[in-house]
Amino acid sequence: MDTNAGLQATASDAVDNRRPIAEFRSVHRHYVMGDNVVKALNGVSVQVREGDYLAIMGRSGSGKSTMLNILGCLDRPTSGQYLVGGRDVSQLDDDALSDVRGREIGFIFQSFNLIPQLTVLENLEVPLFYQNRVGPESRAKAEKLASRVGLGGRLMHKPMELSGGQQQRVAIARALMNDPLFLLADEATGNLDSNTEREILDLMDELRQEGVTIVIVTHNPKVAERADRVLWLKDGVVESLTETERGKSHGASA
Amino acid sequence: MIGDSARTIRLGLKSLMLHKLRSTLTTAGILFGVASVIAMLAVGEGASDESLQRFRALGVTNILLRSTRPPDTQQSTQQSSFQAMAFGLLYSEARRIKNTLPEATVVQVREVPRNVTHGENFKSTIVVGTEPLFLDVANMSIGEGRWLTDTDVLHQSNACVLGASLARTLFPLENPIDQTILAGAEDRFRVVGVLKGQGRAAGPAGTTYDECVFTAISSSRRRFGDEIRTSSGGSFKNERVELHEIKVRVESEQQVQPAAAVLREMLDPAHKQLADLEITVPLELLRDQERQKRMFNLVLAVIASISLLVGGIGIMNVMLATVTERTREIGIRRALGAKKKNIVFQFLVEAAVLSALGGVVGVALGMIVPWGITEFFAQKTIIRPFHVALSFSISAFVGVVFGIYPAWRAANMDPVEALRHE
Ligand SMILES: Nc1ncnc2c1ncn2[C@@H]1O[C@H](COP(=O)(O)OP(=O)(O)O)[C@@H](O)[C@H]1O
Ligand SMILES: [Mg+2]
Repeated sequence: MDTNAGLQATASDAVDNRRPIAEFRSVHRHYVMGDNVVKALNGVSVQVREGDYLAIMGRSGSGKSTMLNILGCLDRPTSGQYLVGGRDVSQLDDDALSDVRGREIGFIFQSFNLIPQLTVLENLEVPLFYQNRVGPESRAKAEKLASRVGLGGRLMHKPMELSGGQQQRVAIARALMNDPLFLLADEATGNLDSNTEREILDLMDELRQEGVTIVIVTHNPKVAERADRVLWLKDGVVESLTETERGKSHGASA
Repeated sequence: MIGDSARTIRLGLKSLMLHKLRSTLTTAGILFGVASVIAMLAVGEGASDESLQRFRALGVTNILLRSTRPPDTQQSTQQSSFQAMAFGLLYSEARRIKNTLPEATVVQVREVPRNVTHGENFKSTIVVGTEPLFLDVANMSIGEGRWLTDTDVLHQSNACVLGASLARTLFPLENPIDQTILAGAEDRFRVVGVLKGQGRAAGPAGTTYDECVFTAISSSRRRFGDEIRTSSGGSFKNERVELHEIKVRVESEQQVQPAAAVLREMLDPAHKQLADLEITVPLELLRDQERQKRMFNLVLAVIASISLLVGGIGIMNVMLATVTERTREIGIRRALGAKKKNIVFQFLVEAAVLSALGGVVGVALGMIVPWGITEFFAQKTIIRPFHVALSFSISAFVGVVFGIYPAWRAANMDPVEALRHE
C-alpha cells in the first residue's frame, strides 16, 4: 500500500535537471519478530538530487534509523528500490554494498566514531585504504581536508586529544575523503554543546554552498531548519515533505 | 598489496600496544612453547649427535667382543694373589671366528697396562698388542713413520707405534721415530710410527687410543706373557687373559646382524657362567639411538603440540575479547567501505602478529637456553636452523589458526548492530 506515492519527488520543482543522487522508490523494511511483523518503513519514496540538503525527522520509532541504514547501504530494503547515483543497489550482495559505501557515501555519526588508536591522518585515510588508494595522494588529500575543517595542525594527534567539536570536524573531513555522492549524517550534533553545534552546522552550510549533497537525520528543529527540505516520517511512512524557509530562498536564488 | 599488508601489520601492532600487559601475557604461552621446543630439540640433537659420533667411531660394520673382568665373587676374593684369575677371550676362539666368518676381518687385541718411559717423561698407559689390520678396523691412520706389519708379527719385533697424545707426552721436543721407549721395567720398544690424532676415538676402558702404544700381538705375548699383574688400591692381582678384545669387521651393514647372531651363538655358552664377555654391536647401538631419538622427537612433538595448543587457545581468547571490545571499530570500518574479508584479514594478521611476537621472543629464549646448558653444564647442544624456522612458522601458524574464529566473528557482525555497540 503505497500511500505516499503521491508525495514522490519534490514539492516545488517543476523541472529539475540536477543529477539524481539517492532515490527511494516505495521502500519497505519489515522486521519479523516471531508472529509480529514490524513495518519500520512502509513504502517510502523520496528523491535526493545533487546539491540537496535534506533533513529527515520524526518521533522516536518512526523509522528514521531504519531509513538511515538503508540510505547508508548498511541495510537492504525488504522490498522496493533504492538507487544510488541512478544505480539500483537494493539487491547487491555484502561486498558490493561495501563498495558502494566506500565510494559513494560519506558517513557522519552522532558519536564521531573515529578509531581511537589511529591518528587523525590515519583516520582520514581509512576510507581510501579499503579501496587501495592509500599513498602520497591520499596523504595530500587528508592534509587538504584537515585544513579545510580547520585542523591542519592536528594530523598526528589521537582522537582523544581533540575536543568533541574537533573530532566531529575530523569525521566530516573523513566523510569527504572518498569524494562521496552525498554526506549522510546521523544526528551529527547530538553530542555537542550549542556553540559547537552551531560551528558544525556552519561548516555543513559551507559544504553545501560548495555543492556537497547532504542528508541528515535529526529530531532537533534547529538542525532541520538549516536544510532545504524536511521529510517527516511517521510510523514508517512519509507524513510530509516540506521546503524550509532556506530551501525557498535557495530555490529562488538557484 | 604488500604496502597494505605492511599497513595492516602496523595497525595490528598498534592495536596490541593498547593492551601491552594483556598482549604480553597472551604471547607467553606461545613464547614458552617455542622456547622449550627449540631448547629441547637442541639438547636432544646434541646428545644424540654425541652418541652417534661415538658409535660411528666404533665402526658401523664392526662387532666388538671384549673380555670383561667377572663381577667380584667369593671365589675371586678368596683366591690368593698368587693364583691368577683366568677369564676372557681365547686365541682359540679368535681362530674359530676366523674360520666361521672367512669374509670378515678379525683382529685380536691384547691390552697390557704399563708405565711407559722415555728419559724423564713417562705415562701410565696401555700397551696394545695387535695385528696390522687393526688400523683399518679401528678407523685410524698413521701420522708419521709406519704402522705395524706382518713381519713385525712374525718376528715378534720390538717395533711400536705411539698414539698422538702419548707421542707428545714422551717426546715433547724430539722426533719420536727410531727412539727407544721403556715399557715397565725392562721391555724396550723402538718407535716406528706415530698415529694421527683421533680426538674422541674409542679406546680401552678409561683411555683413548691416542694415549696408547701399539705393538705386534706376538711381541706383547712374548714380553708380557698371558698373565697380567695389575695393582689396584695397593694390592696386586694376577689375571690371566689371552685376548682383551676381538674386533670383527664384516663387509657391509647388512651382514652385521647375521654375523652378530653367529658370534653370540658361538661364544655365549662358554662365557655365560663367568659373564666375562661383552659383545658390542655399534650398528645396534646406532639403531637403538635412532629409535630413541625418534621416540624423543615424538614426545617432544606431543609437548610442543600441547603447549602450542594452550598458547593458541590463549590467543583465541584474547582475540575474542579484542573483537568484542572493538565491535564499534568494526562497525566504523564496515561503514567506511571495509568488506568482510578486509575485517577477517585485519584480525588474522593481528592474531598472527601476536603469536609471531611470542615466537620471536621464544626463539631468542630457546637459543639462549641451550647456550647456557653448553656453557655451564658442558652438555653438547645443537641448534638446527630448520628447527628454529619450523618452531617460528608454527607459532605464526597457530596464531592464524586460532585467530580464524574470532576474525570470522568480527567479519560477520551486522554493521548496523556493530555501530550501535557501546
Ligand atoms: N532490528 C530491529 N528488529 C526489530 N524491530 C526493529 C529493529 N530496528 C528497528 N525496529 C523497529 O522498527 C521501528 C522503527 O525503528 P527506528 O528506525 O529505529 O526508528 P527511529 O530511529 O525513528 O527511532 C521501531 O518500531 C523499532 O522498534
Ligand atoms: Mg533511531
